[in-house]
Amino acid sequence: MQSQMKESDPILQVENLFASTDNLPILKGVSLTVYPGEIHAIMGRNGCGKSTLSKIIAGHPSYNITNGDIKFSGENINSLEPEERAQSGIFLGFQYPIEIPGVSNLEFLRVSTNARRKFLNKEELDTFDFEELVKEKLELVKMDHAFLSRSVNQGFSGGEKKRNEILQMALLEPKIAILDETDSGLDIDALRIVASGIKKISNSQTGIILITHYQRLLDEIEPNYVHVMADGQIIKTGGSDLALELEKKGYEWTDNLVKES
Amino acid sequence: MVNENLVKDVVKEPYKYGFVTDIETEKIAKGLNEDIIRLISQKKEEPKYLLDFRLKAFKKWQKMEEPDWAGLGYKKIDYQDIIYYSAPKQKKKISSLEEVDPKLLETFDKLGIPLTEQKKLTNVAVDAVFDSVSIATTFREELAIHGVIFCSISEAVKNHSDLIEKYLGTVVPASDNYFAALNSAVFSDGSFVYIPKGVTCPMDLSSYFRINSGDSGQFERTLIIAEESSSVSYLEGCTAPMFDTNTLHAAVVELIALDDASIKYSTVQNWYAGDEEGVGGIFNFVTKRGKCLGKRSKISWSQVETGSAITWKYPSCLLLGEESVGEFYSVALTNNLQQADTGTKMIHIGPKTKSTIVSKGISAGNSINSYRGLVKMGTKAAGSRNYSQCDSMLIGDQASANTFPYIKSQQPNSEIEHEASTCRISEDQLFYLQSRGIEFEEAVSMMVSGFCRDVFNQLPMEFAAEADKLLALKLEGSVG
Repeated sequence: MQSQMKESDPILQVENLFASTDNLPILKGVSLTVYPGEIHAIMGRNGCGKSTLSKIIAGHPSYNITNGDIKFSGENINSLEPEERAQSGIFLGFQYPIEIPGVSNLEFLRVSTNARRKFLNKEELDTFDFEELVKEKLELVKMDHAFLSRSVNQGFSGGEKKRNEILQMALLEPKIAILDETDSGLDIDALRIVASGIKKISNSQTGIILITHYQRLLDEIEPNYVHVMADGQIIKTGGSDLALELEKKGYEWTDNLVKES
Repeated sequence: MVNENLVKDVVKEPYKYGFVTDIETEKIAKGLNEDIIRLISQKKEEPKYLLDFRLKAFKKWQKMEEPDWAGLGYKKIDYQDIIYYSAPKQKKKISSLEEVDPKLLETFDKLGIPLTEQKKLTNVAVDAVFDSVSIATTFREELAIHGVIFCSISEAVKNHSDLIEKYLGTVVPASDNYFAALNSAVFSDGSFVYIPKGVTCPMDLSSYFRINSGDSGQFERTLIIAEESSSVSYLEGCTAPMFDTNTLHAAVVELIALDDASIKYSTVQNWYAGDEEGVGGIFNFVTKRGKCLGKRSKISWSQVETGSAITWKYPSCLLLGEESVGEFYSVALTNNLQQADTGTKMIHIGPKTKSTIVSKGISAGNSINSYRGLVKMGTKAAGSRNYSQCDSMLIGDQASANTFPYIKSQQPNSEIEHEASTCRISEDQLFYLQSRGIEFEEAVSMMVSGFCRDVFNQLPMEFAAEADKLLALKLEGSVG
């Protein structure tokens, strides 16, 4: 399905990617191409390699690429540092956002935003200009201004942490956003806020990869493609109806597909 | 782990202040005996009571043992192999800054402490101490208008002998400890501050201590007296050249606050720390203590300790006056083979006294960083309170951090609270910041600054910026 002709160049190409951590192979030949404006969903059991794939794309130092390439805007980024990838427009929304005691959320967001702006040759924002920008973006995720003066993610509830991730995405305006189980641990209201935030940020120029276990996020944001991962590989790709089928049949169905292959 | 090494690279610091000033000095012979002490006293044209003070201290020192309870590892110091007086040669009487040897002015210029009229720092009066003597003190006339005395302690001995005789050794008696006794016997120079009744010192006062000579020790003595309802903020900075030998620095600082007076004493200590193998560096064995003599008086210590091969230092408060307040805010960063044993003593004597301790230790490399503190509630300290918080941050897996809080209470109607934590900069935290486009080094330095924020908030403005810069510099990698 991905072989059809596209008008623009792909944002992200993952080509036959093999990766391991502590000599333990996790990814065993993953290929995935994302074009501007596309939304991809990746589903699969815990431990199938979904989160690993997202971390490797973002450049996590604990994983080694043993074979294959990751290309971003046509350039191989296998050896780029995580910060270089982020500055050039790759965003990873964390499944478990990390707490950084003592570092104020506002300062963190400003330094981060300016790192991206610097890369884009845009003027870096001082505290006042940044306040203006962040106020506007807070609206998107319905976050209170008080969040900004707290330490990064410290003492945030699960839902607040996830909204903080989407706030970062809104500020960084990435070319591709990989959202790793952003929906997990959210109640219905928080899920709607997060989903509508994602929809408002995404546009015809951005690509989005949603890693999820549940149909309910995909009810809010309809993907163009659904990929099912098992044992470090994408074993099935389809349209949004594939997620529904998966929901109906459960992961045992995919287990059988793995056995067959 | 990959990142582990990176973090180690990041905490390597190029020491910017390691140069030596080539200047003719007047040094006395190595060694320590009564004659040497008489010679120092004579050179400084001291009154008899001061010579007696020195000789008495020397007698006590001879009977004392070098303390080893801190468990610090270092080669035994040969006290006969140290020069106890070293001063740059200059004209006998200097009437203005223009007569100071340009080489000395240049040295302080290079250290970022310009002294000349045209370039001197605005809003901060500086007393510059080079080896054993004070070179210059700026803004003296301006301060004199307010009745504030700010000069070297040698000058104070000459011009304000009554105050020296009344207060010297009353907070840290010569017999207090081994290094205090040594200092009392041989101290050469240091700063003296007197704030008269009701005066808020119109500007920050600052002393800058520079060790230049490799074979002489530095034994400075600082005395600050804040009369009733007065207040002052005092800053202290220190650097030294890089030598492969160890230099002994044994200072004594005494603070006295009378009724409703407040003294804020801030230190940024950046003595040479030795190289990666632990060769060279300053032995920083310092006794700092303040006496809250008056009711509602307040003494606040804040320190950023990044230098020295060994630091042994416990700025303390004796809380005598009713409702007096003692504070201690500390950041100590150690790297390579540095050892720091630092903390405070809060001795609650009077009723309703309050003390706050916030200590942040960061250890990297193979260094050892210990907090050692005592909180004591005396029998009369009813209604007194203490709050202590001691946090340690480890960088890498070879460094160690210890916390030794001693608590003694003889007063059931008092409160003591102690919190402690240890953390490590985790790979996940670094990755999180990096994945938001923040460079590795900036990420480490952001986290370290964040860790120290409670303390930095307590530093005077100019110092807070300097401290942040100093830590960032310490945390700067080999790049650039």
